[in-house]
Amino acid sequence: MITRRDFLKIAAFSSLLGLGGTFTINALEKEPGQKVLKDIKALQGKRWAMAIDTRKFKTQEDFEKVIKACHKAHNVPEIANPLHEVKWIWTEDYEHAFAGTAEQYISKEVKERKFLLLCNHCDNAPCVRVCPVKATFKREDGITMQDMHRCIGCKFCLAACPYGARNYNFLPPRDYIKELNTEYPTRTIGVVEKCTFCNERIDKGLLPYCVEASEGKIIFGDLYDPNSEIRKVLSENIVIRRKVELGTQPMIFYII
Amino acid sequence: MLDLALKGRPRYWIWVSFLITMIIIGFICWMREHEIGAALTTGLNRDITWGFHVGQLTFFVGVAASAVLVVLPYYFHNYKVFGRITVLGEFLAIGCVLIAMLSVFVIMGQPSRVWNVLIYATPHSIIFWDLVVLLVYLLLNILCGWTILHAEKKGAPPPKWIKPFIYWAILWAPSIHTVTAFLYAGLPGRPHWMTALQAAHFLATAFAAGPCLLIILSMIIRKISKFDPGQQAINKLSEIATYALIIHLFFIGLEFFTAFYSQIPDHMVALKYLYAGYEGHTGLVSWMVISTVLAFIGLIIFMFPPLRKWNVTKLIGAFCIFFSIWMDKGFAFVVSGFIPNPFDRVTEAWIALNEFLVAAGVWSVGALVITVLYKIAITIKEKVVFDKYGQKQVID
Repeated sequence: MITRRDFLKIAAFSSLLGLGGTFTINALEKEPGQKVLKDIKALQGKRWAMAIDTRKFKTQEDFEKVIKACHKAHNVPEIANPLHEVKWIWTEDYEHAFAGTAEQYISKEVKERKFLLLCNHCDNAPCVRVCPVKATFKREDGITMQDMHRCIGCKFCLAACPYGARNYNFLPPRDYIKELNTEYPTRTIGVVEKCTFCNERIDKGLLPYCVEASEGKIIFGDLYDPNSEIRKVLSENIVIRRKVELGTQPMIFYII
Repeated sequence: MLDLALKGRPRYWIWVSFLITMIIIGFICWMREHEIGAALTTGLNRDITWGFHVGQLTFFVGVAASAVLVVLPYYFHNYKVFGRITVLGEFLAIGCVLIAMLSVFVIMGQPSRVWNVLIYATPHSIIFWDLVVLLVYLLLNILCGWTILHAEKKGAPPPKWIKPFIYWAILWAPSIHTVTAFLYAGLPGRPHWMTALQAAHFLATAFAAGPCLLIILSMIIRKISKFDPGQQAINKLSEIATYALIIHLFFIGLEFFTAFYSQIPDHMVALKYLYAGYEGHTGLVSWMVISTVLAFIGLIIFMFPPLRKWNVTKLIGAFCIFFSIWMDKGFAFVVSGFIPNPFDRVTEAWIALNEFLVAAGVWSVGALVITVLYKIAITIKEKVVFDKYGQKQVID
């Protein structure tokens, strides 16, 4: 509990610093939202991971359905210029997705496949290490979260991410949203955003949008649960990950 | 003592007005960036998210740290020749730390949230430590410089209590640049930056560029005022810069060896891009050629004693070395770290006009602070060094 006296102290101090009301509200919010949600119907998991069955993605439409489901729901701005675009999930060819480890003489079919790329939710995430304000942080269930309302836009995380999965809003993002989803916040200029494994859905007991839209082509589950579907899939198929040699422990697996 | 900065000849006020104008222009450009976005006002992009401003941070932290080169010999080794310019070194450090700190501030996409760095202090982030060490170094230099100058004004030796702070500042100087190097050297996906040599290399470049700037400033001071920083001090600074420059060039050679003998592609790409171009991308090759040529002109001048001691060539050499390192560390080093991108592709970056003007505003803030502090120091030193008959008391 916070006493009236403490409240006044915090309020006076924060207004002195020109911080307005937000700091006061943060201080008052003693009960973490995570705990409350656990009691309701959130998906329970110790380490969320994703396996993308690249054999099953055949047509352009397969990819577009997944990407659109995510980008539409999360109000991702549609910026045409590739130098300043924002993308949470996108496609890349084999050679560039697995730059450094791509096999030159692998089958033509694999070489021509497209691979879905998104934040790897690394177990040992360099972006989390470098963020000076904890705007990007690890949740207990392994999700690498991004708080777009705390981010100061220093872009250190973009230098730290070895996967090119982070986006800086070089342009006012709200000008580039075609259909606004009022259920999800939009972002302001000058902050970083990226995939959050649909934390807002996991907390409600739902699977991420991309998993749902893929109709079985993407498997999502708890890596620490030996009986989970994802563990079964990983043990039965040949899987690769991006830049494992860096020790970041990426949580996105690609079934070849 | 601040009142001394309020009395000056017209040329002083013209210079001050020029700097203030540049600050205002820089401020307007900075506001413009936040209005319409960094896409249109900077040369940055998805793949190259740090550029000119972060380069200025890197370079000017180094110049600030190099103040230790005049302070340490004087206080640790009682090297009297530097006695007259220690304050100049400390005041230079103040201006350069300000430039460095502002350079970080202007890259922030949400500058109004800058307090978050303190509210959510994060010790595992190097930016947090950078802020801490720079702030402490700034305060130490203000305290030491001001106290010593005040004592000099009164014609008394510096108070004893200042000694621990001077020693603290001496030990602190290398640490500020080490932390700057750690911004780069610990990122797993950036092989060009990820070298244990980084902090040592930064210090070497700093100890070459810093003394060169001090040489240039000392010569300007000698020209426009009655205070003489001393020929012997200037000569000694150029000797220090020579050794540091040689170490810097040696370190470049070491980087080349490790990259090209190991043949690890990721380590070779950035060096290829900088010095020869990579897969048809040659954006920085001429930039680096100029930087390298300047370094070698500076090296030749500073290596040969007659050229090093003659003030005309000395000044040319100092300019060459200063700009050579500025071009490398202040831009090329930062951009090349992002090449290739995580998908093994090359995206290039350049400096946008708006971005340059913001940087010019930041430099002007530093230059204005240095101007004001030097004005005070010179006015006091003119009186101290010349006795009442107008005779120089200390002659080299």
